[in-house]
Amino acid sequence: MPRKVVITGLGATTPIGGDVPTMWANALKGVSGAHTIEADWVQKYELPVTFAAQVSTPSSDVLSRVEAKRMDPSTQFAVVASREAWRDSGIEEVDPDRLAVAFATGIGGVWTLLDAWDTLRDKGPRRVLPMTVPMLMPNGPAAAVSLDIGARAGAHTPVSACASGTEALHQGLELIRSGKADVVMCGGAEAAIHPMPMAAFASMQALSRRNDDPEHASRPYDLNRDGFVMGEGAGALVLEAEEHALARGARIYGELAGTSVTADAYHITAPDPGGLGATRALKAALFDARALPSDVVHVNAHATSTPVGDKPEYIALKEAFGSHVDNVAVSATKSQTGHLLGASGAVEAVMTVLAVYDRSAPMTINLENQDPEIPLDVVTSERKLHGGDIVALSNSFGFGGHNAVVVIRNV
Amino acid sequence: MANNEEILAGLAEIVNEETGLAPESVQMDKSFTDDLDIDSISMMTIVVNAEEKFGVRIPDEEVKNLKTVGDAVTFIAGAQA
Repeated sequence: MPRKVVITGLGATTPIGGDVPTMWANALKGVSGAHTIEADWVQKYELPVTFAAQVSTPSSDVLSRVEAKRMDPSTQFAVVASREAWRDSGIEEVDPDRLAVAFATGIGGVWTLLDAWDTLRDKGPRRVLPMTVPMLMPNGPAAAVSLDIGARAGAHTPVSACASGTEALHQGLELIRSGKADVVMCGGAEAAIHPMPMAAFASMQALSRRNDDPEHASRPYDLNRDGFVMGEGAGALVLEAEEHALARGARIYGELAGTSVTADAYHITAPDPGGLGATRALKAALFDARALPSDVVHVNAHATSTPVGDKPEYIALKEAFGSHVDNVAVSATKSQTGHLLGASGAVEAVMTVLAVYDRSAPMTINLENQDPEIPLDVVTSERKLHGGDIVALSNSFGFGGHNAVVVIRNV
Repeated sequence: MANNEEILAGLAEIVNEETGLAPESVQMDKSFTDDLDIDSISMMTIVVNAEEKFGVRIPDEEVKNLKTVGDAVTFIAGAQA
């Protein structure tokens, strides 16, 4: 048997809460983090989409001015979330050579990159900040987190678009199972609510255009869904070898029982309509966790609210679970948080761990007319998760045909 | 044209903005690296901000000679003259 890996710390900064307790209370209640963007660049560039789900709490509440100055917003979110997770884990002492980081991002330091480009054009090369490169590099969040907690067993940055955050957990699990680390700070961060990515995602018709009603724009599984809502933030989870956690008497939220990563090799952006890659990922994750489909009581779905994306995931769930799919409580929390891209998998994993720990599934909001082609049991009101030993999954899929799944089991 | 005292005060402000160090800790005899713990990346940011504030040019090859705050004040005063 491989080493057992447990989760002992959680952190988050999201559009529905700047820390885990706030986010989770809101997730169970069902609130929208999407609002009209107040920044002047929305009008200046006449963006076709004028709203997004921005973090509810500024990073300056946690970071000092000088710390923040040297970090891209994506790295700021990563450090905010990982500090909360680290504190929450209660770890006081750990061998730095046995402590690793796997912190993902989908896009990296896009604010820094484009600000520097503006500076170069407006003021010349002399004014381009010397911190530009370390701030824009995609491994910036992982590097900053490693510095912050003194992790010396490696700092990794999985990049697989919107599957990145989930893939970080896959990597973290492997690091502990293989014996390369005892504790891993895993997570994902994204800060891409900038006019250029907003324009680019709008240009590919991926974003909802419900400008006059942002709070109801993210509506996974609804017949009138018209695209996803850009989100931002970070999620962080402390993974720990079970024996390490037990030895220090840690509070254990649950077991990271299994993970999987597959690739569609079908199309660069479109999901395989038959959900084949996702199905393989689901089956492989259950196998990795030594779990049966019938053990699964809850899925935090990828469900971004795009017309083409939500259905293949349903097909994959049906294929992987068979008739048991009807017994699974499915939550589409992007209805509340928007789509945090490379951070979404990490934030949704935090929610899935809490769903198992608290035996409560988070809400799906804005589901008014459920798409008859997606007849899932969607959680739209308070829902307890019953049963003795339970298993819950979180799915993430990314442009490029990336599929990643994590399996959480109660302890 | 700023006198040495004004240049020192201006530099202290720039150093504070970049590093968070108290402006009063930025004194003429302090070494940027040994006393103020300013790394090369922060130093370059300080140099560029000083160029803008005092309307001078501090060539890259000159920066390594600016060991103390006093060196920088003297250089800027000379460049302004």
